[in-house]
Amino acid sequence: MSTTVDKSKVPWWVSNLIVPLVNLTLALLVSALFIFIAGENPYQAIKLIIYGSFGYIEGFAYTLYYTTNFIFTGLAFAVAFHCRLFNIGGEGQAYIGGLGVFLVAINVSFLPVPIVWILSIAGAFIFGAAWAFIPAYLQAKRGSHVVITTIMFNFIASSLMVYLLVDVIRDMKQMGPHTVALPEEMWLPSFKDFAALFGINIRYSPLNASFLLAIAASFFVWYLVWKTKWGYEMRAVGHNTQAAIYAGISPYKNIIIAMLISGGLAGLLSINEVLGVHHKIVSGFPAGYGFTGIAVALMGRNHPIGIFPAAFLFGILYQGGSEVTFDMPNITRYMFVAVQGVIILFSGALENLFRPQIESWFVNKLNKQVEA
Amino acid sequence: MVSPILQLHNINKSFGHVQANKNINLTINKGTIHGIIGENGAGKSTLMSIVYGLYQADSGTIKVNEKEIKLKSPKDSIEHGIGMVHQHFMLVENFTVLENIVLGFEGEVIFGKKLEKAKTDLNNLCKTYSLNVDLNSIISDLSVGFRQRVEILKSLYRGAEVFILDEPTGVLTPQEVDELFKILRSLKEEGKTIVLITHKLNEIMDLTSEVSVMRQGEVVGHTKTDHTNREKLAEMMVGRSVLLRINKSKTQRGDVAFKVENLTVKDDLDVTRVKNVSLEIHAGEILGLAGVTGNGQTELLEALSGIRKVESGEIFLNGKKISDSVEHLNPRELKEKGLAHIPEDRQRMGLVNDFKAYENLIFGYHDQEPYSKSSIMKEHKILDYSKKLMEEYDVRPRSPHLMTSNFSGGNQQKLILSRELNESPKILLVGQPTRGVDIGAIEFIHQRLIDMRDKGAAILLVSVELEEVLSLSDRIVVMFDGKIVGERINKDVSDRELGLLMAGVA
Repeated sequence: MSTTVDKSKVPWWVSNLIVPLVNLTLALLVSALFIFIAGENPYQAIKLIIYGSFGYIEGFAYTLYYTTNFIFTGLAFAVAFHCRLFNIGGEGQAYIGGLGVFLVAINVSFLPVPIVWILSIAGAFIFGAAWAFIPAYLQAKRGSHVVITTIMFNFIASSLMVYLLVDVIRDMKQMGPHTVALPEEMWLPSFKDFAALFGINIRYSPLNASFLLAIAASFFVWYLVWKTKWGYEMRAVGHNTQAAIYAGISPYKNIIIAMLISGGLAGLLSINEVLGVHHKIVSGFPAGYGFTGIAVALMGRNHPIGIFPAAFLFGILYQGGSEVTFDMPNITRYMFVAVQGVIILFSGALENLFRPQIESWFVNKLNKQVEA
Repeated sequence: MVSPILQLHNINKSFGHVQANKNINLTINKGTIHGIIGENGAGKSTLMSIVYGLYQADSGTIKVNEKEIKLKSPKDSIEHGIGMVHQHFMLVENFTVLENIVLGFEGEVIFGKKLEKAKTDLNNLCKTYSLNVDLNSIISDLSVGFRQRVEILKSLYRGAEVFILDEPTGVLTPQEVDELFKILRSLKEEGKTIVLITHKLNEIMDLTSEVSVMRQGEVVGHTKTDHTNREKLAEMMVGRSVLLRINKSKTQRGDVAFKVENLTVKDDLDVTRVKNVSLEIHAGEILGLAGVTGNGQTELLEALSGIRKVESGEIFLNGKKISDSVEHLNPRELKEKGLAHIPEDRQRMGLVNDFKAYENLIFGYHDQEPYSKSSIMKEHKILDYSKKLMEEYDVRPRSPHLMTSNFSGGNQQKLILSRELNESPKILLVGQPTRGVDIGAIEFIHQRLIDMRDKGAAILLVSVELEEVLSLSDRIVVMFDGKIVGERINKDVSDRELGLLMAGVA
């Protein structure tokens, strides 16, 4: 019992800053060991990561572009998690969300552009939500676990989209599995255009106005979860379903609401990819962001304020990591998947490994200061 | 000849910031029944867990038969002849009594002659102490009272000289309590020593020869039981004088406010737990529902409060039907109609532990004004209200932002009580209002319930504490095996009579 800590005495910054930072440092040390074993210099690798993600403007823009995707999928996972639902179907929900963006944008192209954007955002949200609805319904009414159903729905989404992209909505003038491009005036303003206004010339950058949408979504999630009745009820169901029933809060309703919002947020990823970057649906555009979002949310403790830096960190790893793989032949893309894995391991699964020790150390130290 | 069998010197134990035991000195004499009494959180259970080897003390020494010993695990304490009967029995439900007792000793006795010898030994022990336990019955077939005897037999068989009983009567009927006390007395006759941990003053007065009182982690008094009385002990426990029997005026009974007709309810496993129950509660009346735990009270309360579906029968609130087998109002709709429910298992059902205190103080009322408006929570209003409520009900610490799980059990209870009572409900369903609450708070809660009654509320009080039912109720019904087996006017009934009804024998 020597590690029992009186939680009320632990300052917030210890549990929310120091502990994650210690976990992250440990993860990076283990990763450095991997790189060393692979025959490269870890110090050089870290320098390359930092250069790749911060060192020049295009690189930094790429970092923020990845960050945008991770914010969406991280928020998606977090909202469901507050209702204790493990929505690991962000990947599929984002993919189907892309279908929503494209169908809306192409069908309302006669409207003024800002309205097309708003409708497309709604389309992304609604299609993503709809794809989450079936697992949500099965969980709420039939008790089929969302982990199983959402992961299966990722595969169904993938197959469905491949079918559509090959046989139904493919740009028939060419062979690749993607649609026609949307009219250029509908493309979201890109960072390249923005920089040009200030006379800065950039070769290419996928970063676009969706980054602002991601920040807006973060505020939306914060407000929803902590300031509204819906968030209150979702958290009640998530923490203690029996108590929720006692208080007249319907678990069914809240499971469905939480999953719809979660799926909708995952769907917004396609605003970045379809409206901002590719300007069409390309096969496989969610590219694993949905899964990385789980790690982002866990690391960010399911709070928008935590999700933002966590998403940024993964942005650095993605962008800096690709820089490393260019320059260090012994390090492949998969090495960075392993690095991500280690980070997820330390900040997710082993999150509480050192927490009691760190917290009790700080509690004791602070007590001494008070006494002194 | 009095000789100490167990001596504790300057025992200290803290958990994080909380010092659960402070400089405890305690001497327990051989062949006595020694009571340890104190409020919840006074440190009784911690101290006994140290003696039983579950926790290690931070400092201090323990002596058995005047020899200092080190206790690292329950195994050490069993070797030194210390046995414990826990509040929650540590038995394997689908094993027989014999299997449970030899469990952990299998290597030595499970086969052949040794098992036969174990059986003979156990049967002899049963006879000596009139335990009356059949070694071949399966635990799950035994009543709670008998399971407790199995625990005692287990300790006896392992050679215990000192028996620690932690709140042993909480789950027993009055008759079972009598039986248990007989067994404990016969253990004492045979020279065994018993340490009885309880918060019930009656048990101390009935059974013990010496008593130690604990308060806030310290032993605040030691006395021969003959030299004290209930009032003095209560005062020592709380640190101020306490009213043990509530002052209650005669009731001003109004019209029937709540009516239940032929109600049948099933539990989650589809077993019928409430059988054809009819009840009437008048405004300005407390109806006590007595009964041993598990006779359908839980399901009845859940059905009445809209949590559980009704199988058949009807429920009326102020003459209007609110539930039948076809449809029922949900708990929130019932709250709006003035029905409040304080659930039996409050930590599990009444609170969200991971919520902040202020979030729990509006739980179930969260979509009513002024706490929320058009689905937006009004945090400032909730906080102002919470501060007022915490002040009025003396919830400690008074910090609405503190996580609920960081409050002590008694203060968590106060959070729920304050929430439900403050809405001045017209009908109040209360399950075990004082379970796990300390004696100072019991007085407060009882007074609140009487006040509510005097203001005209109809109250259904479900409690397994017979004393509580007797001291609060105007009318009493007894529930056994899902049925109402008797109704009595409070002033005409004895504990004995109620006890027989509760056991289903009358």
